[in-house]
Amino acid sequence: MARTSSDGTPLPSRFRYPRSLRSPLAVVGCVIVVIWLLIAVFAPLLSPADPILNTPNRLAPPSGDHLLGTDTLGRDVLSRVLYGSRVSIPLSLLLVVMSVTLGSVLGAIAGYFGKIVDEVIMRITDLVFTFPTIILAMVIAAVLGPSLQNAVVAMLIVTWPAYARVMRSLVISLRTREYVLADRLLGFSAWRILGVDITPNVLGSIVVLATLDVGTSILLLSGLSYLGLGAVPPTAEWGSMIAVGTQNMDQWWIAVFPGLAILSIVLAVNFIGDSLRDALDPQTAGSMRAA
Amino acid sequence: MRKFAARHPLALFLVRRIVIAVLLLVGVTVVTFTLTNLVPTDPVQLALGDDAADDPAIVAQYRAEHGLDQPVLARYFIYMAHLIQGDMGISLQTSQPIAQELGQALPATIELAGVSIILSVILGVGLGTLAAYRRGRFSDQVLRVVSLLGISVPIFWLALVAYYFLFYQWRLLPGSGRLDPTIIPPPRVTGMYLIDSLVAGDSVAFLNALMHLLLPALVLTLYSMGLMVRFARTSVLEVLGQDYVRAARAKGLTGWRIVTGYVLRGAAVPIITVVGLVFGGLLSGTVLVESVFAWNGLGQYAFNAASNLNVPAVMGVGLVVGVVYITINLIIDVVYGVIDPRVRV
Amino acid sequence: MMTTNVDTSRSAAGLEISDLRVTFRAPGRRAVERTLLHDVALTLEPGKISGVAGESGSGKTMTGLAVLGLLPAGARATGSIRYDGRELLQADARSMSRIRGRHVAMIFQDPSTSLHPMLRIGTQLTDHMRRHLGIGRKAAYERARELLEMVSIDDAAGALEKYPHQFSGGMRQRIAIAIALACDPRVVIADEPTTALDVTVQAGVLRLLRRLCDELDVAMMLVTHDLGVMSAIADDVTVMRRGEIVESGPRFDVLTAPQHPYTRELIASLPGNRIADPLEHDAASAQEEDA
Repeated sequence: MARTSSDGTPLPSRFRYPRSLRSPLAVVGCVIVVIWLLIAVFAPLLSPADPILNTPNRLAPPSGDHLLGTDTLGRDVLSRVLYGSRVSIPLSLLLVVMSVTLGSVLGAIAGYFGKIVDEVIMRITDLVFTFPTIILAMVIAAVLGPSLQNAVVAMLIVTWPAYARVMRSLVISLRTREYVLADRLLGFSAWRILGVDITPNVLGSIVVLATLDVGTSILLLSGLSYLGLGAVPPTAEWGSMIAVGTQNMDQWWIAVFPGLAILSIVLAVNFIGDSLRDALDPQTAGSMRAA
Repeated sequence: MRKFAARHPLALFLVRRIVIAVLLLVGVTVVTFTLTNLVPTDPVQLALGDDAADDPAIVAQYRAEHGLDQPVLARYFIYMAHLIQGDMGISLQTSQPIAQELGQALPATIELAGVSIILSVILGVGLGTLAAYRRGRFSDQVLRVVSLLGISVPIFWLALVAYYFLFYQWRLLPGSGRLDPTIIPPPRVTGMYLIDSLVAGDSVAFLNALMHLLLPALVLTLYSMGLMVRFARTSVLEVLGQDYVRAARAKGLTGWRIVTGYVLRGAAVPIITVVGLVFGGLLSGTVLVESVFAWNGLGQYAFNAASNLNVPAVMGVGLVVGVVYITINLIIDVVYGVIDPRVRV
Repeated sequence: MMTTNVDTSRSAAGLEISDLRVTFRAPGRRAVERTLLHDVALTLEPGKISGVAGESGSGKTMTGLAVLGLLPAGARATGSIRYDGRELLQADARSMSRIRGRHVAMIFQDPSTSLHPMLRIGTQLTDHMRRHLGIGRKAAYERARELLEMVSIDDAAGALEKYPHQFSGGMRQRIAIAIALACDPRVVIADEPTTALDVTVQAGVLRLLRRLCDELDVAMMLVTHDLGVMSAIADDVTVMRRGEIVESGPRFDVLTAPQHPYTRELIASLPGNRIADPLEHDAASAQEEDA
């Protein structure tokens, strides 16, 4: 839909996304993410060894046999790093999907129906926001008991409010637009209005938030595992591997490689999310989890 | 009353904010209470640990003391009563009162977090402003990548890397504790060694504490700077596009005066919001970082408690952190009101 | 094509623009250079209001910005802008900053954005005064109070302590005028000074501008798209279109006997084809209309 200035010359349309996504950072990000996705899928084929197999060859430095060395139980670090992607990536994606869904639905309901429903939902989000994220996740995970499922539940509780807030404010601002009012006059149900009029317009902001959240989730999950509240042995998970590495500082390879794995994928996701944000949504350039 | 309100908008604003803060504090206790009681694990087991929970006498005593047979609301008030008296329960690991242990640990973390946040704000705002002024050019792109790096790195890993190189290998900075074992800590005034040693005039302790502070503070600063640079850049860019900056230039005001008086003041509000967020992230970061540096603060306490499933202690940490966070946000709100007169309405 | 019936004698004070040409190239490798202004010539004389009229994109605002050296990044100006025997286009940044506000001042279109929302009126009135005039705080505030009285702000002393949002639109523009006149400039450029104001308030502000121009003997350039405003207070009128001047001359001549077809179109587009009588600029009727 081209717009024109007052003397008839066409103005550039607002949707500039192809150019921003061609930025070098975004391209690098996509490449790295694709590589990790392939690793996650093909880890069994790519790993030289069984990630949970203990061998007597403990704490061995990187060599021909074990490219990244072995850990305290003689397990091959390279294989564990590769398999770690099968824990972090799917769980983070799952978490983001659940969190976005739960948060958006609750936020949309709060924004659209208002009054008591709005108050209740907003007070709940306020309660979550009174704590820094990791602390609250840690407390919940500690109470529930260490396991990957519980860690995901804890993270879900902590992350949905941000989406609820965003969705709510977007819905409120759109609620009074003409086409929504028109549909209400025409008698369409609330659900239809939410689905057809409102959702397409908020998609951009939500997508940006969600992409950046994938990175945050990977960090949060590995952080919880580092504390002993997420993955349990013998699962190969990056955060818990770094925890082991902390106890064995001389064997630097145990902690360094999992950390590099986390860094590379989160950085890649952030590159993509950042470029998406430039392209799609100038508004949310501000704070994401603040009031 | 109304006259007072009209003539002192700032005071009214303050009162409102304090009331909200108190309500939030109550909210925090509700959250911790809910977690202990509405969760699959038996609250007695959570509070006393598996061994003690097997002994019926101890269980009975606990149930009576905490009114576990009574309705939820009564239990909540009993819980609050305990809290107000300063009783947060007993640590499963040491059998000591948790409140006492937290009191010992808190100043160390406040000191560390405080220094880190100050450094992050100065560096973050400075670099962010620089990036905004040099928008589009190479230095801006570099800063952008660097700040993305900052928010992508797992902080516990960064701590390990810093520890490994700066201490373990190269011995540039001390790696553990808050003071060398040979140095006597200054008499306790606030619990923060930097302040206490200044008060006592003990320069040796001061310098030593400072050296020990550097490494963990460096890690935390690097971690939180990433977010600060991004936000500062965005806020400053937004302000630079504003008419009042152009009008200031049209008045003949120049660079430095415009930056401090007009630009930063305009950008201050969103930046300050972020400082609150970043501080929250910092507090969380201390949990993951303190143990690497044997820094006996809240973070290390929480780390130990979490790893050992010392749930009452973890709850205590959650409560204290919640309170600290609310206090910081209250201070930030007040600063808002002072800086931006429009908010006081 | 330029039709002119202007008197070509020049005065010693005031500002003279000749052969002004402004080109613009957006930053980036693939941008092309566009010409925004060409062959612009204008003379501003003390005590006279020179109106510059045109649609958006005609270059009228750009001309004003060029005088102040506030063209956007990527714009280049060539030609001549002479003030007090000096060539402004060749002045370095430091000299220009000494001229801006002190010798040549600007009144912007929208006072709700051109005044800093977080600084008191007193501060905004005095900061450039103290820089340019080297006077102390007390003297500056005293002068600020006088300036506010000159632009008919009640309770001038109290107003100094207030913030912009505590004033109405018309009052804010009066304050902006006071700021512009604070250092006793010889040239004032008013860019659409009444466009952002309510219609009921516009006449008062225009009257104020006329009065100040006469009393203080400044050379004023009045930029506007509204010929009605032009006819109210301008002494001569210059019509611009697409970056060049199409007609220029005394107000009465241009507006009643336009020679260029574009000027005729502009006049024809006025509602009711109405050319207003020039506003009376005596103090009595100025006080009647309270902005």
